Amino acid sequence: MTVTTSQSAKLTLPTDEQILITREFDAPRHLVFEAMTTPDLVRRWWHAKRGEVTACEIDLRVGGKWRYAMVTPDGFEVAFHGDYVEIVPDERIVTREVYEGLPEGVTEEQGSTVNTATFADAGEGRTELTLLIQATSKAARDAIIESGMEDGLQDALDLLEETASSLS
Amino acid sequence: MARAATTADAFNAIAEPRRRQILDVLADGERPVNDLVRRLGLGQPQVSKHLRVLREVGAVDVRSQGRERLYRLNGRALKPIHDWVKDYEQTWSDRFELMDGVLEDLKQKEEGDDRDD
Repeated sequence: MTVTTSQSAKLTLPTDEQILITREFDAPRHLVFEAMTTPDLVRRWWHAKRGEVTACEIDLRVGGKWRYAMVTPDGFEVAFHGDYVEIVPDERIVTREVYEGLPEGVTEEQGSTVNTATFADAGEGRTELTLLIQATSKAARDAIIESGMEDGLQDALDLLEETASSLS
Repeated sequence: MARAATTADAFNAIAEPRRRQILDVLADGERPVNDLVRRLGLGQPQVSKHLRVLREVGAVDVRSQGRERLYRLNGRALKPIHDWVKDYEQTWSDRFELMDGVLEDLKQKEEGDDRDD
């Protein structure tokens, strides 16, 4: 299925502990909210064409638990779970998220992130979705980016933008 | 994973503010050490130390010209970092593209027979 309105997600790193992803959708807020909170619908997009969704549990209430899991073609399981911190229908969802493959020595508390999904009216029936991933610690951020990165990724990225043309 | 180690090394090398400064200067083109010392306002031993770390991860290359040592940026060493960001961004782009399909279905369902394409 080709969708002519398709555009890429924009990723920025506002601070050393944050990852921000934004994307506009050609659908009103309540439908984007529905697509992100209904298990049967989440199953259709969360795999990102990288595997098969094996679990999608959503108990959509404050304190309710959620868990997503998928298995890649080579048998590697990727799973996340957490709970809902705040839910404002069609506007905002705040969740705690724990990756189930945290490096040894990183506790769930250290390794969790707080993710805020914001649904904003972008006019003409469109919605701007922003996903803010806030790490609670350096360890959590490091787990996310699978590296031992220190401070100043954004600076490094700015520099990379300058040099990107020489990469390929 | 070998690739992960490379990524961490490059991240660590580039994370240090002075080293980023050196890379910024080199982004404008090849420079002799003396030039870097002057631009950064650091002692030559410190600059040399940073340059050594950057050379170890391959972020900069060096060549001799007469009595001078000329340093330049090697974009390829930064590629792992670049790749990680692109990969993460791509994952979400792919998810959202699939969500576009889901949303089309939801819109059609909502509009019922009155839908117009």
